[in-house]
Amino acid sequence: MRTSPGSVEMKGRVSGILVLLAWGIVKFPVEARLERRMQDTRLGGYKPTASLRQQAGQAGFIAALGGLRAAVADMLWIRANIAWQDVQYGRMKLLFDTCTTMQPRRVSFWDISAWHMAWNGAAHVENTEKDPVARNAKMREFFKLGEDFLLRGIENNPDSWELYDRLGLLYRDKFKDVEKASAAYEEASQRPGHLDYTRRFAAYYLAEVPGREREAYARLMALFHESEHEWLLTLFRQIQKLEASLAIPDGQRIYHDILKLAATPGKEESAYTALTDLIKTGAREPSVLEATRALEQKMDIPAERRIKLPPHDQRPPE
Amino acid sequence: MTAENSSTAATVHASAHKLFSIWRTWAIATNTFRDLVRQKVFYFMLVFALILIGTSLAMASLSFQGQLQTVMDVCLGAMSVFTMLLAVLSTAMLLPKDMEDRTLYTILAKPVARFEYLTGKLVGVTMILLVATLLMTAAFCVVLHYWQGREIENLQLTETAERAAAAIAKLKVGTFTSTLFGGIGIIFLRAIVCATLTLMLSCFATSWLFTVIVALMMILAGHLVPIARSVWQGPVGGAMDVPFHLAILVRLITVFVPDMQLFNVVDDIAVGASVSADVFLRVAGLGAGYVAIYLLVGYLFFAWREL
Repeated sequence: MRTSPGSVEMKGRVSGILVLLAWGIVKFPVEARLERRMQDTRLGGYKPTASLRQQAGQAGFIAALGGLRAAVADMLWIRANIAWQDVQYGRMKLLFDTCTTMQPRRVSFWDISAWHMAWNGAAHVENTEKDPVARNAKMREFFKLGEDFLLRGIENNPDSWELYDRLGLLYRDKFKDVEKASAAYEEASQRPGHLDYTRRFAAYYLAEVPGREREAYARLMALFHESEHEWLLTLFRQIQKLEASLAIPDGQRIYHDILKLAATPGKEESAYTALTDLIKTGAREPSVLEATRALEQKMDIPAERRIKLPPHDQRPPE
Repeated sequence: MTAENSSTAATVHASAHKLFSIWRTWAIATNTFRDLVRQKVFYFMLVFALILIGTSLAMASLSFQGQLQTVMDVCLGAMSVFTMLLAVLSTAMLLPKDMEDRTLYTILAKPVARFEYLTGKLVGVTMILLVATLLMTAAFCVVLHYWQGREIENLQLTETAERAAAAIAKLKVGTFTSTLFGGIGIIFLRAIVCATLTLMLSCFATSWLFTVIVALMMILAGHLVPIARSVWQGPVGGAMDVPFHLAILVRLITVFVPDMQLFNVVDDIAVGASVSADVFLRVAGLGAGYVAIYLLVGYLFFAWREL
């Protein structure tokens, strides 16, 4: 029996489709596993959604599907900038949502979106809303939007110290919540690439949290003993404040350590800097003042550059 | 000539003509490459891609923040799209053009297997894609290096010493990374997958326009495969809540369309995300699997095709 050319072609097509079907069945678990693995490493966290199509437009959505997702997000980011210039904070919020959905791993998108909402948006309300009650409520709403961007950003980028740092700043400056600020800085200080100040800030703001003074004192003292590099004005101020409020025995107060340093040959310069900083931040102990004066004479510091010692019984205002 | 001699000659001839010859495939590949290089569309697309890479500088200056990031996004996006378009368009025309010129019949009349012919065509397209990717990568590196310098100057002027030093160090470490070039490798691999898919389609299609449209549709739909798969896998035991016709569509997409989203790691790489070696290897393995299967299916379509 002769086979017709059409049936021969059909045979090829059917076998091809069967191979494709078999491959489809084989690849299904492979692709699902790879997708899960990529999600575990926080890759490809983007999903094309209806709201995305609405914001990006038909062309933008297709372009995003075709491989220009990041470029489309950048275009929308520029649009958000234009919306900012036109003072359209509602539109900005929508565009920021789209940009962050398209590029959830881009830390700067979350960071700047939060900044625009919590700082610029709130400032705009502050300048334009006459009614104080409505003003406060609306400003708080903008703070919340900023917080929401940062929290979602952290969810997508848990290794980013920058986002925790900005969250700390937001809690400190806008919500006036030093406990949360301290916790956020603490988180920032545990992330790779963090800057040193995040660790300091975590301890500084903890010192201002009522009921956690002991813990804060221990943290600040750890910083103090860590290195002279940490001997900054804020550290001295916070430690001295806690020494007073926790009634730390005089013998355990930090000025004794610095006096010991002043008596160490070759350490005069750093001891003098530390002593003057102690005085600037509230130290009025006679031994501190005497040691400072003695070092000034020993180091031949000219009169005009010497620290102006305040009266012994007067502490500088907080 | 004696009967014995004649039989020996036949044996030698038979052993000389192997079922698959790398040299014959290579000859077809180099000819395909030469043909594609001569086509103006290739130059047009390459120049357009290079212009787009260049204009990323202009777009970056429009952005109010993260200019270097914008440059990377636009350049990598341009590379991704143009390699994909180049793969589809150049491959879709190969078979119809050979049929139109009657070259196909001349080649297949010689002792060239159809599989060799198809493999040669694919290797030729791969070569052109490699050249295009290398050229675009070179342009991208130049643009990125220029913008990195500007960003460093900017940081030195605007940030405090500690912050600037940290940001510059981070910038230097995070710009030209091995992961970035690995990502470009994935773009290249994705283009080869697109080319093989197009070649497979053109093996049964009768018009190159049909091939281009179907290939592009499949590639676009490929970006929706993760959604289709999650609907299929659904939290309540499959696509039960989905209407029947939609459930069938979802299954067809998941089975027959390649998951292009898995090859889309370069956007994450551009924002500094690290990609582990095992992910690279798995993506490469999956890409190789697609290429092998599409080539095989293309052969099955082509082998039984009446020419």
